[in-house]
Amino acid sequence: MMQAPEKAPLTTVAADPIILRVQDVYKHFPIAGFGGLAVRAVDGVDLEIRRGEALGLVGESGCGKSTLARLITALLPVTRGKIIFEGQEITKMRGGRLRRMRRKMQMIFQDPFASLDPRMTVGDIIQEPLDNYGIGSGKARQRRVQELLRLVGLNPNFTNRYPHEFSGGQRQRIGIARALAVNPSFIVCDEAVSALDVSIQAQIINLLQDLQREFNLTYLFIAHDLAVVRHLSDRIAVMYLGKIVETAGRNDIYDHPQHPYTRALLSSIPVPDPVVERTRAPILLKGEIPSPVNPPSGCRFHTRCPIARVPGICSEQEPPLEPHGQRDQLAACHFAGEK
Amino acid sequence: MALAAPALEQAVDWEVAEQQIGLWQDAWHRFRRNRLAVLGAGLVLFLILVAFLSPLLVHFHLIWNPGTQDVANIEVGPAQAGHPLGSDELGRDTLSRLMFGSRISLSVGILVQGIILPIGMAIGLAAGYFGGRIDNLLMRFTDIWYAFPDLIFVLVLVSVFGPSLLTIFGAIALVNWVGLARLVRGQVLAIKEKEYIEAARSSGSAPLKLILKHLLPNALGPIIVTVVFGIPSAIFLEAVLSFLGVGIQPPTPTWGQMVFDGYEAIYANPSAVVLPALAIGFTLLSFSFIGDGLRDALDPRMKR
Repeated sequence: MMQAPEKAPLTTVAADPIILRVQDVYKHFPIAGFGGLAVRAVDGVDLEIRRGEALGLVGESGCGKSTLARLITALLPVTRGKIIFEGQEITKMRGGRLRRMRRKMQMIFQDPFASLDPRMTVGDIIQEPLDNYGIGSGKARQRRVQELLRLVGLNPNFTNRYPHEFSGGQRQRIGIARALAVNPSFIVCDEAVSALDVSIQAQIINLLQDLQREFNLTYLFIAHDLAVVRHLSDRIAVMYLGKIVETAGRNDIYDHPQHPYTRALLSSIPVPDPVVERTRAPILLKGEIPSPVNPPSGCRFHTRCPIARVPGICSEQEPPLEPHGQRDQLAACHFAGEK
Repeated sequence: MALAAPALEQAVDWEVAEQQIGLWQDAWHRFRRNRLAVLGAGLVLFLILVAFLSPLLVHFHLIWNPGTQDVANIEVGPAQAGHPLGSDELGRDTLSRLMFGSRISLSVGILVQGIILPIGMAIGLAAGYFGGRIDNLLMRFTDIWYAFPDLIFVLVLVSVFGPSLLTIFGAIALVNWVGLARLVRGQVLAIKEKEYIEAARSSGSAPLKLILKHLLPNALGPIIVTVVFGIPSAIFLEAVLSFLGVGIQPPTPTWGQMVFDGYEAIYANPSAVVLPALAIGFTLLSFSFIGDGLRDALDPRMKR
């Protein structure tokens, strides 16, 4: 496995090249005491993740990224729709079957201070998944925990320490070790670096990349900022208000964004060249992200879109996610590609 | 799986704080630094010692038997006629009765919590963890229970079932579990949403393990504090019952009963009222100090 060529996803496993399919998935959180009102956190998402790739999912806070992550990892039940992981429909699983499926799909959480049980030692935290799935004997598990600690760049003798003795970056490494413990094939990183300092972010991203190469992992990498995602992802999906508005290969999305929202997100990334930076004209979006309780009619983005025709097709008809621009690029916009 | 690729080794981050200390040990250190709490704990330990030793002291004739009536010396003041703290209206020795009274008070305080703990935890955990309809059902039941006035409820129970030790303990427990159930439910609701619970779920923990290994240990701090604060309130309720004459029946000495008995001769022999009242007061205070100390010690935000 160590000789596996970089980013050669389809060679090792002959199975379905699509590891995860999200088909027309909805998640509505009803608001208690308000009749039929609901927060439409995820509102009709279609998404495919290919074996061995890193798919970056970006969008503003509150657009439903984290909810989608929890639907995919079956931590939350879907309101409607199907999620198919390695050919099995996980949206219908419960109890023991769901637990067995979870072994192949792990999650790295956003907040390294909240995602480790403060009353457990680091060794117990990392060993927990091994215990749950009955992997190896007691001794072998302890050895495995030490291996994992070494693997994520921590001292293997730290097993008796408590999470509060570690820094944020170190804690995130512990979370990564826990996720890797049961040899998953797919890992969801829910804003796994957002809570860390920039220098630590780079370390963790490099670690994730090394691990992906090493173990042929598939990542869903969630972030609210395109610059972080760019480094790690093969493909990028952009989410706005509960829907995917554009997906494309990493370079295509940066070089030829089709959706005006993607273009606005990209224009907000500072350029590390002062000459270019001075001439950079960020596209400023008007107003706030609308309420997901009552999303705008037609295209959800029309209230903030610089190129929307309102009144007109944009406020009346919802644009489907269809091919635009480059090969393998999808965008949900009536005027995709226009500036 | 091949592990520890050389490429990964360079990222090794060996640094971490030197000392290694468990969370409970840490709490113990903080508790010890709280002087009042330590004082309270000392007083309670002393009381427990007294409760255990008093029959022995009677056996060796170091103190009076609490039931013996020294008819020649009724209502004497302290340090008179061989009664170090005086005697009551039947000539019984006040010191000995105080010492024996601690047995009732301590056992009420502690045993009642022993009954409350499983009831409150079970109901609170079930309501908080399962939520939805179960939560609604259990909490409305709790609300109804809460609506009864404590004292009247206990009085009714005791008068129906008779004032035995068991009914009194049971009745006090039945009016006091409600607070604990609500607290446990609140704790569970708060902790259930923490990311480490989600993390445990996604690493394959079954519900029972989730509750026992993650929810309970993290909810334990406030539960311990509530239970400790519950001890003085149970002691006080028992004293009130005894004072009202429906508590533990004479001749068993209890502090509440002693206050009631001495109260009629309060001007003639104040020590017979003041001393048991002081005993109640100091015991309540001690447990409250311990509770305060524990609350500070077990609160993770109180890190040095």
